[in-house]
Amino acid sequence: MSIQTQLSKIVDYFKRPPKSAQVAKERLQIIIAHERTERDKPDYLSLLQQDLLDVITKYVAINREDIKIDLDRKDGCSILELNVTLPNFKESPSSLFKEIVTEE
Amino acid sequence: MAKIIVVTSGKGGVGKTTTSASFAVGLANRGYKTAVIDFDIGLRNLDLIMGCERRVVYDFVNVIRGEANLNQALIRDKHAKELFILPASQTRDKDALTLEGVAKVLDELGNTFDYIVCDSPAGIERGAQLAMYFADYAVVVTNPEVSSVRDSDRMLGLLSSKTKRAEEGREPITEHLLLTRYSPKRVTNGDMLSINDVNEILAIPLLGVIPESQAVLRASNSGEPVILDQKSDAGQAYADTIARFLGEQLPHRFIEEKSHWLKRIFSLKEKETV
Ligand SMILES: Nc1ncnc2c1ncn2[C@@H]1O[C@H](COP(=O)(O)OP(=O)(O)OP(=O)(O)O)[C@@H](O)[C@H]1O
Ligand SMILES: [Mg+2]
Repeated sequence: MSIQTQLSKIVDYFKRPPKSAQVAKERLQIIIAHERTERDKPDYLSLLQQDLLDVITKYVAINREDIKIDLDRKDGCSILELNVTLPNFKESPSSLFKEIVTEE
Repeated sequence: MAKIIVVTSGKGGVGKTTTSASFAVGLANRGYKTAVIDFDIGLRNLDLIMGCERRVVYDFVNVIRGEANLNQALIRDKHAKELFILPASQTRDKDALTLEGVAKVLDELGNTFDYIVCDSPAGIERGAQLAMYFADYAVVVTNPEVSSVRDSDRMLGLLSSKTKRAEEGREPITEHLLLTRYSPKRVTNGDMLSINDVNEILAIPLLGVIPESQAVLRASNSGEPVILDQKSDAGQAYADTIARFLGEQLPHRFIEEKSHWLKRIFSLKEKETV
């Protein structure tokens, strides 16, 4: 064991753990900041997300987590940001397409 | 037109009913004609805290359904002359409260009362939403504890979006933070969130701090709102809270750990020598 790690162990021993109220405060600050940005989103956002998911899965097999929708406000106008992670394209675009075509 | 105050919290058991009772008595004793309404349908309790449980004949839902008129349902408080109580119904029907019904009752009360205090149920369901919907003022009751603080923040979100004032784009509800069950000793020990911690997180004006107090249980045992016990710390803290609500500037009390008598003597000595 190097001297440094031994030293830091000694320092850790004397360093008192953070008081539980301090831990509580930090956890609250993080979760509440997150929840505030969530609640500023309009109610239709999750419905819109579902509709988009329905449309996209008609053509590509993806999961709900692969779609990210965000609303940003800048200078009095809102920007809807849509991010879709598609599965690896080499595998199957043509076969998938065929499937859809033959289904109909 | 009466001013409508909602006492709300999200989390259950933090002291909404205790606060509603003392708030209503405090306002009435200052000469304001006050009505206090129990919105906790199915779990009526304000009547017990106010000591009028045996005088309930008709309730809030009876009035909404037209089975009784308001004058028949309002109970005159025995402590304060200007105070009336509208008890909750014990029905299990979740749809007993309607927006139109609540609007009608508040309208009618608004003609004769100065203040209407709405004791909200816990949670974010219909009863809680209706209790806050028509409010002009909100008293957000919070305990210095993680889940209570988080739920209070959630309620602040609802107050600024799911209320009449918000929907009509009028001036927002005036929000007040009331920190209850505060224990200065545990704050000093580092095991309880401090006033500053909670204030920093919720960022709304602090109306008062009610200490954790034996007097509260005694008060509910006897059906005398704790504000009437002016010998007690909690009673005095509620009286200060009312004064601040009405615009007075008062320092917060009972927020420092009571020091040991020996320590007090020494600090006195120190002060004298300085
Ligand atoms: N300052 C205080 N000190 C000690 N005990 C308190 C204090 N405030 C409230 N309590 C106690 O906490 C319990 C819950 O209080 P109360 O009924 O007022 O809460 P509530 O928010 O109305 O609850 P619910 O969500 O069930 O309606 C009661 O037993 C009450 O005596
Ligand atoms: Mg209650």
